[in-house]
Amino acid sequence: MSNKQRWAAVALFLLVVFIIVPATITASGRVDLYYTLTSVALLSIASAGVWLTFYIGRINIGQGAYALVGAYVSALLITKGDISFWWTLPLAGAFCALLAVLIGLPILRLRGVYFAMVTLVLTEVSRLTALAIPFTNGAKGITSIRLPAELNILGLTIIPDFNTLTNPKLAFYLMATMMMVLAYAVLWRIVNSRLGHLCRSLQQNEELASSIGVNIAWLRVLAYGISSFFGGIAGASFVAISQSLYPSSFQITDSVNFMLNCFLGGLGFVFGPMLGTLLLYFGWDLLFATGRFQLLIYSSLMIALMLWLPNGVLSLMDRKGARA
Amino acid sequence: MEQVVVNGLYLGAQYALIALGLTLIFSLMNVLNFAHGQMYVLGGFVTYTVVAQFGLPFIVGLLASGIALAALGALAEKFLFRPVIRNSKREESTMLLAAGIAFFLDAVILLCFGEKQRGLPKIVDGVFNWDFIVVMPYDRILVGLLAIAMVAVFILFMQHSKTGRAMRALAQDKIAARLMGVDVDRYSMIGFALGAMLAGIVGGLLVTITGINLGMGGPTSINAFMMIMIGGAGVISGAILGGFILGMMESVGLTLLASSGEITYLVIFASLMVFLAVRPQGLMGKPWG
Repeated sequence: MSNKQRWAAVALFLLVVFIIVPATITASGRVDLYYTLTSVALLSIASAGVWLTFYIGRINIGQGAYALVGAYVSALLITKGDISFWWTLPLAGAFCALLAVLIGLPILRLRGVYFAMVTLVLTEVSRLTALAIPFTNGAKGITSIRLPAELNILGLTIIPDFNTLTNPKLAFYLMATMMMVLAYAVLWRIVNSRLGHLCRSLQQNEELASSIGVNIAWLRVLAYGISSFFGGIAGASFVAISQSLYPSSFQITDSVNFMLNCFLGGLGFVFGPMLGTLLLYFGWDLLFATGRFQLLIYSSLMIALMLWLPNGVLSLMDRKGARA
Repeated sequence: MEQVVVNGLYLGAQYALIALGLTLIFSLMNVLNFAHGQMYVLGGFVTYTVVAQFGLPFIVGLLASGIALAALGALAEKFLFRPVIRNSKREESTMLLAAGIAFFLDAVILLCFGEKQRGLPKIVDGVFNWDFIVVMPYDRILVGLLAIAMVAVFILFMQHSKTGRAMRALAQDKIAARLMGVDVDRYSMIGFALGAMLAGIVGGLLVTITGINLGMGGPTSINAFMMIMIGGAGVISGAILGGFILGMMESVGLTLLASSGEITYLVIFASLMVFLAVRPQGLMGKPWG
């Protein structure tokens, strides 16, 4: 793909996300789709983080833990600290990144299935911690969290108060997609930089990379930190939308789903997790009409997809490229 | 104190049996079987159906569970895992497949058996009571002993039968085993069937004690993952050890921190993470599995 084509594709994508989709939704009156698409956008941010850990050769099934931590940081800062949501968002991300560095230093020494299983356990640890520590309000959770307030810098209103908006659903949609676009731009930039090349060297052979002089310990902690930052901001945004938070808000199923999104979209493609999230989330939603056979059909489709496209949906593009 | 130890041993025996199946599959094919807990639940429901609905003796139900799950495992290996492993660029793709199978089994269990908790009456009545130092219902003792016996049979099978030897060779080095004339496809299938069968039999055994329900699959898988992490993935002695250690920790933890079950598991999880930071390959594992 030439540079020009790439920019055209990006422009088309932005056009669809920011203009065509809202216009279509307004025209058809299906306002509920805003919520679905907002969820997809936020979940795909968390999945982007998981994808980055895949990129350094680690299977991460612990993104749910960071989403939950980020959500609690944001919720507690809003309710107890009386801080505006917009400031808690980067704080939640930064807290998660810091936590990921502390946890990552020991556990990133693990590889393959071991790392996968430890991160799986991490999700469970976060849920139990949220239940056990006193100021998270246990299983009752934190409810009636305020909507995001006005964000102004030097008296200039950048984002209006969500309470005054006539259509907060659209505002949330725009916020989530904006964050998604930014997150994937960052991810794309990382992958196509020196850092990305170094990450690929880790994915292939850590010892070899280390022997050439790559600081592998620092690199993998960095990647894991960025990944968890994404998890944290996704979790924090969910708090603003649902206005409530429980220890069960992000569970093992969510962690597994984040990983599945990456697999489904394709691990070799930056935009794989976005597509995977869209397909999985919408697939599940569309099958709701089938009632009690929903899970059966959904899982059968997943297995069938694995049999035909074990390298992800975007690997179809590979094949086309190879033939041409 | 004695009571705690006996409880731990009983829990450990059944855990070890679950972990054995998981670790066998992992060692042969490098597949982390996410559906292991669901296989266990399915085994329990098969036994329940055979015994409660058809009125056949318990041992028939147990056999039916074993056979049904072995067939399921063999078919899953032949028609799902084998093609995916062959066509996929990355080995980890099997995790997605295994997760898909886990969802699938959940759906099948929901449609066929419903979401109610199911249980069978005790196989043996009465309670063993040693001066109130150790109190244990006879059926639990029986199940614990059966589980230990099965672990022993499994070890003997792996050590002394031709099939067991072939599977151990496969686990050590797939290419070398193939060069020595071991039929890799055939023994992978047998291994997968055997692992699934073990899960089914434990489910069948426990349906008389704790009962079984749809929601148990996921947590059981997580527990089994923890056991093989403690012991070292892909090592049979490690799975047994991991099972007994987890059983003992649960038993001790629930006694000391009786007020809240969550804290027990939090402590277990946290100590596991610290342990793995020090010894990443588990107690008996070879480095990097």
